[in-house]
Amino acid sequence: MSTETQDDGLEYNFAYLDEQTKRMIRRALLKAVAVPGYQVPFAGREMPMPYGWGTGGIQVTASILEPDDVLKVIDQGADDTTNAVSIRKFFQRVAGVATTEKTEGATLIQTRHRIPEMPLHEGQILVYQVPIPEPLRFLEPRETETRKMHALEEYGLMHVKLYEDIARHGHIATTYAYPVKVNDRYIMDPSPTPKFDNPKMNRCAALQLFGAGREKRIYAVPPYTDVVSLDFEDHPFEIQAWDNPCSLCGETNSFLDEVIMDDQGTRMFVCSDTDHCTTRQQQGYQGPGQEAAE
Amino acid sequence: MYVAVKGGERAIDNAHRLLAEDRRGKTSTPDLTVDQIREQMKLAVDRVMTEGSVYDPDLAALALKQARGDMIEAIFLVRAYRTTLARFGSSLPVETGSMKIDRRISAAFKDVPGGQILGPTFDYTHRLIDFKLAADGGDPEEAISMDDAMPQARHVLDLLAGEGLVETPEASQDQAPPGDITRTPVEFPMDRSTRLQSLARGDEGFLLALGYSTQRGYARTHPFAGEIRVGRVAVEFQPEELGFPIQIGEMEMTECNMINQFQGSKTVPPQFTRGYGIALGHGERKAMAMALVDRSLRAGELGEERTAPSQDEEFVLSHCDNVQATGFVEHLKLPHYVDFQSELNLVRKMRRQVEDGIAFAGKEAAE
Repeated sequence: MSTETQDDGLEYNFAYLDEQTKRMIRRALLKAVAVPGYQVPFAGREMPMPYGWGTGGIQVTASILEPDDVLKVIDQGADDTTNAVSIRKFFQRVAGVATTEKTEGATLIQTRHRIPEMPLHEGQILVYQVPIPEPLRFLEPRETETRKMHALEEYGLMHVKLYEDIARHGHIATTYAYPVKVNDRYIMDPSPTPKFDNPKMNRCAALQLFGAGREKRIYAVPPYTDVVSLDFEDHPFEIQAWDNPCSLCGETNSFLDEVIMDDQGTRMFVCSDTDHCTTRQQQGYQGPGQEAAE
Repeated sequence: MYVAVKGGERAIDNAHRLLAEDRRGKTSTPDLTVDQIREQMKLAVDRVMTEGSVYDPDLAALALKQARGDMIEAIFLVRAYRTTLARFGSSLPVETGSMKIDRRISAAFKDVPGGQILGPTFDYTHRLIDFKLAADGGDPEEAISMDDAMPQARHVLDLLAGEGLVETPEASQDQAPPGDITRTPVEFPMDRSTRLQSLARGDEGFLLALGYSTQRGYARTHPFAGEIRVGRVAVEFQPEELGFPIQIGEMEMTECNMINQFQGSKTVPPQFTRGYGIALGHGERKAMAMALVDRSLRAGELGEERTAPSQDEEFVLSHCDNVQATGFVEHLKLPHYVDFQSELNLVRKMRRQVEDGIAFAGKEAAE
């Protein structure tokens, strides 16, 4: 593989990681794809970004990136948040790949906390940055225990937690990192995406890869795999809904961020997926905020 | 009118420029050289090497300069650099028993063969600010040099081992190649060599507090500082085609052997057990804290009841790495708009339910 010489004279292997490390990560990825939803331990490396900044996702992306890939990086659904900018610049620098903000035109999308609104298509890869890969961690802090629970498919504790939510609140009080069952076998943490995005994971045409750098785990959902959000017959899973459409593009079916406008606390609701919102505005859609401004 | 927060790229570039300015400080003050840091901030350099897991005083000094004196940031820089280095082999185990000694003390015996050697230590200084240093302290008085340069001495614990009073390190584990958490994913329970590696890279402050807790009754281990030694050890490497080892350099190291009381069990008569600590350069506090925690973590192996945090392997080893810890704590600075939005909606929904409930109860009471 070629090396990239930078303006400052430093030389890195293509996409930063050395080929031995990439091979080790690709092996973990293959295992993860073969056993959907299973957390594969891998010898995560220290990266030049801090743990918690997406080192797992970055290592996965670095291991599978090819020179003709088109990369999109989002954080909170947006291409222009500081960390998304920083990661995109990193790969521009060490791999020299083309980048885009368009969901449709990207071959590889690295994300933190969101799945794009536009359905992904075959051949695309979505790489998630994962802080805590273990869905059972907050019920059982010990890795030795949780690995046993997964091995024995012993998920009663999780169902009890959800049941207790219903008993106390009348509904399941988990709004993000909402647990899912993958391929009718492993319970998996979808990373802290809002539960609004859970249905998008089910039978998704794209390959979904998850990297947790600090915890050194990789897991995957191959294309067209069943991903079911946990629920009960009498309390079916439901996603968040907003009373208002997006102020900018008028979308009624997207995840909206609440923006505080002034000291009086005036609120405005806008799409968290910036590409989705701008594309719609270019197509001529307008939200109530735009109309009022005219 | 709301405009989405654009310009992240410009903001980042400018933040980097501000950081560079702040790092330099007033330009009327001379720039700090890496040599000055290496020679005069040695203990900081040594800590960065230990927790950064690479023996390179120049690199550690440079990292400290770049990190503006922030230890964890400097350790992180060294670690990130270290992962990019190619490995061409493993050295033979260093022989600390034949260390060229700068300092060596035992708190368990008044005198030991080879002698007590105080060496450079803060231990008996009075902690009075030395204002002479602020006003150009000049060169220090020359110390009396020892008769034979760099004496050598056997480990104090080996002297006790002969009588069977102190356990001998498990021979079976000595044969197995030591684990390496930088190349293989961590698994629990960990074998002792891997555990010692984790502790050696672990945060000094965290291990200090845990070690301290064992002295205050949380898993008491009755420790004695059997021996602390600081000095230079030879690093030997055996190229496969050569068939015999060659010395490739020397490293300064600090080693601590704690002796701990042990009541004995059904199969083992009462004897002293060991806790082991080691650090690159001069790092006594780290080596001692590590030795206390190592001994505490051996609770399972020695059949002791686990009751305290310092005995809990998963708790200690999953949280002792300061580069990981600082990353995850500080990542809370990154945007969490989406998750927070989800929680906002949920809390509003739950509050509505409670308010409806209160209104309903009020109406019922009025009727």
